[in-house]
Amino acid sequence: MKNLTESKTTKRPGIFADTYGGQYIPETLMTELEKVDKAFHTLKDDPDFQAELHDLLINYANRPSLLYYAKNMTEDLGGAKIYLKREDLNHTGAHKINNVIGQALLAKHLGKKRLIAETGAGQHGVATATIAALFGMDCEIFMGKEDTDRQKLNVYRMELLGAKVHPVTTGSMVLKDAINATLQEWASRSEDTFYVMGSAVGPYPFPEMVKYFQSVISKESKQQLKAKENTLPDMVVACVGGGSNAIGSFADYIDDPSVKLVGVEAAGKGVNSDKTAATIERGTVGIFHGMKSLFLQNEDGQINPVYSISAGLDYPGVGPEHAALAKEGRAQYVGITDDEAVQAFEYIARQEGIVAAIESCHAVAYVEKIAPTMSKDQIIVCTLSGRGDKDVASIAKYKGVDIDE
Amino acid sequence: MSNLSEIFKNHKAFIPFVVADDPDFDTTVANIIALAEGGADIVEIGIPFSDPIADGGVIQAADLRAFDAGVRTKTVFEIVEAARKQTNVPIVFLTYLNIVFKYGYDAFCQKCQELGVSGLVIPDMPYESREDIVPTADKYDIDIIPLIAPTSGHRVEKIAKAASGFIYVVSSLGITGERNEFFNGLKDLVAEIKSYTDVPTAIGFGVHTPKQAKAMAGIADGVIIGSAIVDIVAKQKQNAPQAIEKYTQSIRAAVDEAQTEEAHV
Ligand SMILES: Cc1ncc(COP(=O)(O)O)c(C=O)c1O
Repeated sequence: MKNLTESKTTKRPGIFADTYGGQYIPETLMTELEKVDKAFHTLKDDPDFQAELHDLLINYANRPSLLYYAKNMTEDLGGAKIYLKREDLNHTGAHKINNVIGQALLAKHLGKKRLIAETGAGQHGVATATIAALFGMDCEIFMGKEDTDRQKLNVYRMELLGAKVHPVTTGSMVLKDAINATLQEWASRSEDTFYVMGSAVGPYPFPEMVKYFQSVISKESKQQLKAKENTLPDMVVACVGGGSNAIGSFADYIDDPSVKLVGVEAAGKGVNSDKTAATIERGTVGIFHGMKSLFLQNEDGQINPVYSISAGLDYPGVGPEHAALAKEGRAQYVGITDDEAVQAFEYIARQEGIVAAIESCHAVAYVEKIAPTMSKDQIIVCTLSGRGDKDVASIAKYKGVDIDE
Repeated sequence: MSNLSEIFKNHKAFIPFVVADDPDFDTTVANIIALAEGGADIVEIGIPFSDPIADGGVIQAADLRAFDAGVRTKTVFEIVEAARKQTNVPIVFLTYLNIVFKYGYDAFCQKCQELGVSGLVIPDMPYESREDIVPTADKYDIDIIPLIAPTSGHRVEKIAKAASGFIYVVSSLGITGERNEFFNGLKDLVAEIKSYTDVPTAIGFGVHTPKQAKAMAGIADGVIIGSAIVDIVAKQKQNAPQAIEKYTQSIRAAVDEAQTEEAHV
């Protein structure tokens, strides 16, 4: 795939905009990373691997996902025409499965018998546990204790699928701590184990690999919109945690300058508050979790605790390619607060009859703001990264409704 | 390049580790002095990081105690400055790259030179990323101490050939913390490193008893002990310096035995 931001001047792989990305990970894992890199670059051009991947995406994951014209929202908002890319309709209920199928196939080709992964909201953990069950592999999931508490349903789903879930009690007990724990586990046991990275983060080749497997989102949406409207969208909107559904939603449009790309971060209680996860808007350059990127950190480089109502966006960093797209001005990143996201959760449910993930509702909330400012002949494609069943109980609680789980 | 590697000439080195500002400023200074007086050849000082991905529970807990004490990067420099009034023991820092990056590679290395800190161990900076900092470190005669792991395989050669100061040989897979078993190919790994470079080797990760220290010093040119000392600090708190000095003496004696036995072979 052609790529505007991939550096041409440096020989180091995986450096974006001459700055972000790279490999910053303990030596113990480097040989393994080299193997993953080699396998990925060999297999992605291998027709048998492609056939296997394609078959699983179509026949197991339920791709292609629908590009749905949200007529009610479009009419209600009175501006741009709104299409929803329905990743929530994938098997396991989120975009995460696209990436997991790809990486698990890679793991299989590398002869691995065991998959490990971090998870925030639990969607990536569920997807990994699902594929491990399908492939007959062992599976262990690391999840911050805060998140096992607010996403109990997904914890049970993972266990049902045969995975072992480890609640992580170090640090702030959320997604970043789960990534620390999974990296540590991988460092102590890599021979038979593959770390299925859940977002477009981490050391090279993970950001590139996750983008590759998620780019199916934009490849499809481009074709689908062409079939329906015979044009490119004017804007693509997706929520950004680590940035996998967003980079997948953007990938095929990066070289189409007329398409505006908007990543929506979780602003928590407000972009300028202490309780936020708006990494690109508030973060500074740093080196963490294997990559140089933007992070919410203090002036000494200690990583800050972050906050969002959404467990899947509660991450102090962002994938290096997003940091690069922001730096180059190719994509724009905006913040949506908890309140706005919860309002969008209710809005899309009532307008379209879709209960969408609270992560995705950050993107929906932005669409609600921007669509009315655009003209009726313009088109927005908004990615619904996941379905919201997992969030119903906690949103009810947020609204002060007492329901028996 | 510093003169760190000189320390290992016909001498098995003992390199203990403490976390800066654990549990407080004065105790850390006293611990550094105790380590020097107990017979440490190089003292490794950990600059706490919020997310120490190469460290096990003992060192994570020490980092938390240091944060409770309000540690900043500049506090760590002040601790070394205070210790320098009483000891000339060679010092290296262990920290994660973000801490150095945020301080500024140049400012950080300059500060190290000022304080007589000879090297940096950065567990999340592999060979591929060393060019980020090595030119700056060279400018101030600071060694970037590379790590070589049991999984390094074909990477050993390039890492060894680029090394200066000493090479940190990781005893086993995973993270820091006391262990009773090590990778059983350590002898061969050290021999392979030796075939590429004269830069000395020190084995660390999990070593805690004098017996293990002697065995490791028998294999390599030195031994690094972290969690066992940090554990003493955890238990003894402000009374740690005395216990640390005693422990250091016991390891010193074990490492010296390895030296004597090797001289006789
Ligand atoms: C439904 C959903 N959307 C979005 C995200 C955020 O991840 P990313 O930014 O990698 O797409 C998650 C993560 O858990 C998720 O479950």
